[in-house]
Amino acid sequence: MSPRGRLLLFLPSAAALLFLLIDGLHQLPGFGHYPGPYGYVLNGVGVSQRHATNLVTAVNFDYRAFDTLGEEFILFTATTAVVLILRHMRGEREQPGAADTRRENASEALRGLALAFVAALIVLGGYVVVHGALTPGGGFQGGVVLAAGAFVVFLAGEVVAMKRVAPEKLLELGDAAGAAGFVLIGIGGLIFADVFLQNFLDLGKPGSLNSGGTIVLVSIAIGIEVAGAFLLVWTEFLDQAVLVRSGGDEGE
Amino acid sequence: MSFLPYAVAAWLFVVGLYGIVTSRHLVHLAVCLTVVQSSTYLILLSTGYVRHGSAPIYADIPPVSTAVDPVVQALTLTDIVVESTITALLLALAVQAMKRFGSVDPSFLRQLRG
Amino acid sequence: MNDVFQAIAMVSMGIVGTAVVLARDPLRQVLILGVYGMTMIITFFALQAPDVALSAIVITTAGLPPMVLLALRKLREYRKEHDQ
Repeated sequence: MSPRGRLLLFLPSAAALLFLLIDGLHQLPGFGHYPGPYGYVLNGVGVSQRHATNLVTAVNFDYRAFDTLGEEFILFTATTAVVLILRHMRGEREQPGAADTRRENASEALRGLALAFVAALIVLGGYVVVHGALTPGGGFQGGVVLAAGAFVVFLAGEVVAMKRVAPEKLLELGDAAGAAGFVLIGIGGLIFADVFLQNFLDLGKPGSLNSGGTIVLVSIAIGIEVAGAFLLVWTEFLDQAVLVRSGGDEGE
Repeated sequence: MSFLPYAVAAWLFVVGLYGIVTSRHLVHLAVCLTVVQSSTYLILLSTGYVRHGSAPIYADIPPVSTAVDPVVQALTLTDIVVESTITALLLALAVQAMKRFGSVDPSFLRQLRG
Repeated sequence: MNDVFQAIAMVSMGIVGTAVVLARDPLRQVLILGVYGMTMIITFFALQAPDVALSAIVITTAGLPPMVLLALRKLREYRKEHDQ
């Protein structure tokens, strides 16, 4: 079917879809008039039950930790699929010397600034991961900041430098260890408290760093997993774009 | 005002779908899918909003009952991070398609069978 | 005042989202995607969701653009040698 025919078929059905969506969304309670009981109940009892002051993280890693387990495995599976597809294409020949010529025309300002940011990003990532239960943050955000800290090494120098900082075996190990760590914490709940993923550690004082029981441990496990997954995907794309050449041609 | 976020979200959904249907480049298609995903985030967060509510973080204020719903925020938060890896999967498929068939135009790929 | 701020944030999200779809060249689309991420972040702050906004900041600045740009680079290189 030609593109014009496809467009002509799509436009009436798009109008019908828009009409149905607006009609359905009209029947929700209006914006700002939140009716349901769960929000009010959680806001009332959340801090005293779990001793965590960031209720969003408490919902993610404690009340609804099972859903987060499923989401984490979606991330794990998608990363594995990307690695599988892009490594299968590695049957092409690696271009010798491609790693060195790549960074010759990078500006000095970029390299200096990127070098200055490496330590700051890693510290910031660690802070965001560990303070998940206290302030906005948690494993997901802090994990991506940690991965960005290692990726910035590539901006500051060469691909070889980044591979020395984050070798692929270590990334795969980190990714798998994070995913397995979450499940092991859940099994710990099964052993010590008879319920899978139950919060079984001592809950501490709300506002201190060790409050929330297993929330901090789960946050660290997810931080390691997300950092490993993102760095793995970036490394695969980087290898494809910079190092690997197909055929025999040289140069850009 | 009480219907604006839902109207914007419905519009973004349909516009993103239009981009996907009439796309000529697989990478353009992946980015339009990001627009569709963000419309669902807007719907989720708007259902949990309480008028004159505050954020559900009690690090420096005592727990109040007129804060917005934390459950939908938890759903949206994990969603954003996970669906960016799905976009990475689509991009890897686009690179593979270019290598195998020599084109990233979806209508051209449709004609190649077997 | 808060209502006006929320209304402006959401309407700008709708407008820039339409611009993202209408930009056909993927390289230009990445730049407009950055602006779209910014309107999304402002909307999330207006809806009292700092955690979600932090997640959106991290993904639209450091999570998504490197993947898209590296994929575009690889595609351009394939096209160049396909033409040769």
